[in-house]
Amino acid sequence: MIIGIPAEIHSAEKRVAASPEMVEKLIKAGFEVRIEAGAGDGASFTDEVFASSGAKIVDDTASVWGESDLVIKVRPPEQNEQLGQHEIDLLKEGAHLISFVWPAQNEDLLQRLTKKNATALAMDSIPRISRAQKLDALSSMANIGGYRAVVEASNLFGRFFSGQITAAGKVPPAKVLVIGAGVAGLAAIGTAKSLGAIVRAFDTRPEVKDQIQSMDAEFLELDFEEDGTGEGGYAKVMSEEFIKAEMALFAEQAREVDVIVTTALIPGKPAPKLITEAMVISMRDGSVIVDLAAEQGGNCELTSPGEVVTRHGVHIVGYTDLPSRLASQSSQLYSTNIYNLIMEMCPEADGTLTVDMEDEVIRGATVVKDGEITWPPPVVAVGAERKPSYGGQTVAPEAKAPVEKKVSPIMKLMSNAWIPLGIAGALLFGLGQVAPPSFMAHFTVFVLSCFIGYMVIWNVTPALHTPLMSVTNAISSIIILGAITQISAPDNLIFILAAIAVFITCINIVGGFSVTQRMLQMFRGEQ
Amino acid sequence: MSESLITVSYLAAAALFILALSGLAANETARRGNMFGIVGMTIAVLVTIAAFVTDNLAVMVVIMAVGGVIGFVLSRRVQMTQMPELVAILHSLVGLAAVLVGFANFLDPSIQYTGVEKTIHEIEIYIGIAIGALTFTGSVVAYGKLSGMLGGAPMLLPARHWLNLALFVGTIVIGAKFVGETSHDQAMIWLLIMTAIALLFGIHMVAAIGGADMPVVISMLNSYSGWAAAATGFMLSNDLLIVTGALVGSSGAILSYIMCRAMNRQFLSVIAGGFGTSSASSGGPAAEGEVQTIDIPAFAELLNDAKEVMIVPGYGMATAQAQHAVSDISKNLISKGVNVRFGIHPVAGRMPGHMNVLLAEAKVPYDIVFEMDEINDDFPAVDVSIVVGANDTVNPLAQEDADSPIAGMPVLEVWKGETTVVLKRGMAAGYAGVDNPLFLKENTRMCFGDARETLEALAKAI
Repeated sequence: MIIGIPAEIHSAEKRVAASPEMVEKLIKAGFEVRIEAGAGDGASFTDEVFASSGAKIVDDTASVWGESDLVIKVRPPEQNEQLGQHEIDLLKEGAHLISFVWPAQNEDLLQRLTKKNATALAMDSIPRISRAQKLDALSSMANIGGYRAVVEASNLFGRFFSGQITAAGKVPPAKVLVIGAGVAGLAAIGTAKSLGAIVRAFDTRPEVKDQIQSMDAEFLELDFEEDGTGEGGYAKVMSEEFIKAEMALFAEQAREVDVIVTTALIPGKPAPKLITEAMVISMRDGSVIVDLAAEQGGNCELTSPGEVVTRHGVHIVGYTDLPSRLASQSSQLYSTNIYNLIMEMCPEADGTLTVDMEDEVIRGATVVKDGEITWPPPVVAVGAERKPSYGGQTVAPEAKAPVEKKVSPIMKLMSNAWIPLGIAGALLFGLGQVAPPSFMAHFTVFVLSCFIGYMVIWNVTPALHTPLMSVTNAISSIIILGAITQISAPDNLIFILAAIAVFITCINIVGGFSVTQRMLQMFRGEQ
Repeated sequence: MSESLITVSYLAAAALFILALSGLAANETARRGNMFGIVGMTIAVLVTIAAFVTDNLAVMVVIMAVGGVIGFVLSRRVQMTQMPELVAILHSLVGLAAVLVGFANFLDPSIQYTGVEKTIHEIEIYIGIAIGALTFTGSVVAYGKLSGMLGGAPMLLPARHWLNLALFVGTIVIGAKFVGETSHDQAMIWLLIMTAIALLFGIHMVAAIGGADMPVVISMLNSYSGWAAAATGFMLSNDLLIVTGALVGSSGAILSYIMCRAMNRQFLSVIAGGFGTSSASSGGPAAEGEVQTIDIPAFAELLNDAKEVMIVPGYGMATAQAQHAVSDISKNLISKGVNVRFGIHPVAGRMPGHMNVLLAEAKVPYDIVFEMDEINDDFPAVDVSIVVGANDTVNPLAQEDADSPIAGMPVLEVWKGETTVVLKRGMAAGYAGVDNPLFLKENTRMCFGDARETLEALAKAI
């Protein structure tokens, strides 16, 4: 099967759908890979590197599209102005496509795909369940977006992020407010934190509180009870009172903080307007707002999508291509997501694709199958269990208390120390009644020795339990004394028994001590 | 030699044995402890020879020399991975010796007691031989299982508990007849019958216990060999034997207890055998998720980026003889400034301390080898945990699923680290027959194949 990787034609798009490393892996999995010349230039992957990973470099855009059985790319296919043709029109009849599709916004694209009898998998439609996390390109891209947002902010911000005390005076740390603690928000928190800023974060979903706090940021809380967790772990539209309380909080914060990063999105709706013009006015001059929701209209009233504007002395960043601004990194992560998706459909690594509509992940991602629109997929229940991952670090749920096995009543009774003690006492009493004094003397020695053994053995370090066993083995061969005392007996049978006993105990004594010594020689500390 | 001198010598030997065991409390004093043990044994043997041997001295010295040489050669040749087998077979010798000495003592016409003393003496002989015989065959079967000559799976006869009970009751009934018997020859027959029963009992008991319960079995047999020595001591009225037997007996008993606690199992249920046969059906819900594999270059890269590495070995490391490869990797990483530590579960391997010995053999310094309790809280700070051939000891089900056969067993919480790489031959369940959801966790990567080959390839790749 031939996989084709065309160059991205969307303006200023620098990403590419495959890294050289993934090309190599795809070839290992039995695919043939063709890549358009210069496709990786924006992400600093040269044609030579791709060629050395085994890809075939193709100069002609149309043949990359027309001869591949599977086309992988980043942006949804669009009109190619140079060729005067839509990219889908270049696609081979019945071929596969994997890219971002945004089927809700791109009805026309789906129609074009059906005409080609194509099968298309949308990276943006992969169900966000734990099993599919390694395919989750939205998370990978959001993670990069969050990182880049803080980098952009620090670039525009005229001061240090970290507080310093220098000979030239004290510098206070920057205060950063992150609104929306999804993957991007958490990445922004982590990045700002590692630059040394004081970070606060807000989210309507109380369940993310622990995640925010685990990253050492402050979770801003409203004095208001309402859970903002919507379907699939995303946020939902909140009540009016809530929004009022929320806005009051933002207004108060805006006066205090230096940088605001907004990432608030509600699926299928325009981005909520959270930062009003009045709030922007109240911010100190030189402050920065990075609006990650710019593409969906922006969380700030003054955001201008795609560019940086300065309003009332505040820089407002409205870039919609933050992942593309970190092209090498995002291409690498995106291509890993794509590779994982391909391998989901190619479990035998034999270079063929099986689009299994029974598999809920594949089902969810497939928006067009053999020329038929299969979007939207049937609803898959997603629990709140999904652990949002941030930068490869999984935020673990609270450990459950260790479970204990049921204990039978008899065992319980026996574990009461008094009962065995009572039994032992009774037995001792009985023994004292009948046993002769000579026996009791030995018995005393025996019992005391057991206690000594108990005390001594508990002190043995567990690392030396094997040497303990071999040395106890050697000394338990003290039985040899019994054999030695009998070896001079005139009776032949007794002599033979004693001789055999001497023989085997000698093996044991020498063997036991010697192997113990050998083991102990090996236990060495750091030199 | 005067009676008092003998007693003083025995006292010295007993004290030296106690010092030998207490020396094992720390690595630094362990070797000196072993020397104490050797000195104690030498004193005891020489004094006994001087005091009691009137005849056959030359023969005995030759026998001792031959036995000693055999023991020495055995101890030098044995592979460290075979330590459990060696210990098992040495236990069997102690048991056999107890039987032989018991019979010799019974046959000895010069020993004459009357009344209660006679009864007690006969009971001592009886018990000594019984425990000795049981230890003998039990250890032989354990040896067979450990060395792979016998299958590791538990042999479960129908009504095995009743059989055990019958054998036990039979032993007591015959014991009563033996003690009540006036004819020496008839008593000898009872004694032989009992010996046969005890031998059978030893076979049956150990045969019913599965491979991974071996740490308990070995400790238990260790304990029995001690009790056999103590019983022999009573029989011979020899305090040194009693003291030593009691030391060894309690040592084995404590080890058994530690092993049982580490598996959260009752001693009796281990001894009754057949782990998991009643509850394995409730293997827990099939865990959701899928296995993610990792190849050597990616694994090497992961390690190159790590700052904190924890290596968790299990029995698989012993079977694959991978300890040297593990050691090479740890040295390599340490030289790069990575903090490498080893986390040992108490029942990892086939005998207590098995992993420690293997790592020591591979020259891993003991300061970086830690017990489970010492390091279990540190996993959240670990970047990469490498699980080498361990399964049940790292199974999160023990904490998560109260119905699991291993519920409540303390386990190494590797899944709390950032990434875990599991080296394993295949996806087979561990000894307990329980699925391990660790393998399906998002931060777990599986690296299938022979652990040693994998690690050697890894060492090159780092």
